[in-house]
Amino acid sequence: MNETTINILKTAFPFIVFAVGILLAFQGVLMIVAYTVLAERKVLGWIQGRIGPNRVGPWGVLQPFADLLKFIFKEDLVPDKSTKFIYFLAPLVALTCALLPIVVYPFGPHLTDPLSWLVPKVQGIAYLGDAVAYIAAQAKDMPLTIARIDVGVLFVLGITSVGVYGIALAGWSSNNKYSLMGGLRSSAQMISYELAMGASVIGVVMLAGSLDLSEIIRQQTTAPFKLYIIPQFIGFIVFLIAAFAETNRVPFDLPEAETELVAGFHTEYSALKFALFFMAEYVNMFTVSVMCVTLFLGGWYIPGLDWLARFIGLEAWFGQGTVLYALISHVGFIVKICAFLFLYIWIRGTLPRFRFDQLMNFGWKFLLPLALLNVILTIVIVYFLNS
Amino acid sequence: MATTALFFVFAGLAIACALSTVYHRNPLYSAVSLIGVFISLSCIYVTLAAPFIAAVQILIYAGAIMGLVIFVIMLLNLDEDKPYRKLHYLYALGGFLGIVLLAQTFFVFFAVKRSPHTPVNVDETVGKTLNIGANMYTEYLLPVEIVGVLLLMAIIGGVILVRRLSQPELTLIVDNELERRNEADEKDDYRIAL
Repeated sequence: MNETTINILKTAFPFIVFAVGILLAFQGVLMIVAYTVLAERKVLGWIQGRIGPNRVGPWGVLQPFADLLKFIFKEDLVPDKSTKFIYFLAPLVALTCALLPIVVYPFGPHLTDPLSWLVPKVQGIAYLGDAVAYIAAQAKDMPLTIARIDVGVLFVLGITSVGVYGIALAGWSSNNKYSLMGGLRSSAQMISYELAMGASVIGVVMLAGSLDLSEIIRQQTTAPFKLYIIPQFIGFIVFLIAAFAETNRVPFDLPEAETELVAGFHTEYSALKFALFFMAEYVNMFTVSVMCVTLFLGGWYIPGLDWLARFIGLEAWFGQGTVLYALISHVGFIVKICAFLFLYIWIRGTLPRFRFDQLMNFGWKFLLPLALLNVILTIVIVYFLNS
Repeated sequence: MATTALFFVFAGLAIACALSTVYHRNPLYSAVSLIGVFISLSCIYVTLAAPFIAAVQILIYAGAIMGLVIFVIMLLNLDEDKPYRKLHYLYALGGFLGIVLLAQTFFVFFAVKRSPHTPVNVDETVGKTLNIGANMYTEYLLPVEIVGVLLLMAIIGGVILVRRLSQPELTLIVDNELERRNEADEKDDYRIAL
């Protein structure tokens, strides 16, 4: 390997890191989403006094794969008078905008120098030793986020508002009155509740002093109450309710209620295109759960793990910055997200749905003023605490 | 070097989407192409170290404003544009104005190239949210407040424009009364005919 090849590899190294990170994160999210579908059917079954799917594999664990195969093999109907290009574009827009926020999720804490123990062991071997030394030097401070964007919160909110187009365009391009009504109602609902969601985040951003998701978590590790849910409980409730409306879930799922609008905006979509919408809905659920956990529950921060490591005396093994600490924090993060996904499914099995005018009233006349009240209270309290 | 390549990619995408916007007859295709233009511009802003402007561009332009445009197109059910066959002189006029625009563009390029190059200090911290916020509320406070009042005026104007001045009155007519009224109307017609 001559000099130019090594230089090319060194220039391409960040892109390789990004690619590996995206692949891992993508794989993880899709697996969690697939099993959320199974969990929803099982948990809804238990709430309704029956067992969910249990034929395919023990406890139904292979059900998501059976569902995927079913979707692939179904007949793909395209309505004749639909606007073909937009009809095909809409599920792609919905799924892309659902999956894009993966790059800003804070999966775990920084790792300080995770690979330096490996360098002496492989030093003799010809190219591997140099490669490992280079990687270990680059990974002195390894963040467990794919992209540390300065405006992470705005990025997620912006991508969710572009995701509304997937639904609006799907409803319109199907050339079907029920789809159009469902699509327009769904878009109107999502736009209305986006405001409340954004306003409820302002309080957290004020307390943390940054829009970067990793920085918000880092501020929560040193905050007086440790997690922002305690000072911002109004913001938390508003964000949770707005999140239910954003993802078109019960009690806000009138646009896709079977008894009202056949199937709303995805009436005319069959087979794999419907699977894309379906997946987009669950990935949206995952995204808002991650946002909720990051902004209000401290993300990967388990408030006491660091103290525990120091108390036991094993700080070198799982103190801050070590791989074990990151692993336990990451598992904690996933557990918190799964708790929120369970909450989604629980509420689906329990509450009836809103009528559309009740929904719009609630969003504009109650939730948005409540979120703004939270902002004003936060401003006043922060001002008096700082002066 | 990577920045230049990215700029060419995104600028090319923006130009292609802009051409697509003015080309299509179906207004929804034009609107979707315009969203593509805004997203490409946002990517160019990111390469210029302005992440806040990029995020706000997506949030407001591609998210809210184009959403409004798409709602209007969908609710008004606009038909495709029928091509006019009678206005041939417009082609000549458009071509001439296009040549004038090209000449102006080349003039600007040559003028910039001939002027003495003074290196500008690129301050990369200007685009950060903290600096934008700090400047907005200290040095540029008056424009911010004026824009706020302007937006308030727009909201109030919009609410007033769509306000219904009188509630339509609905009276409940019972079935028998309705039949009697219809029979009375028919009897009137018979009497006039006779």
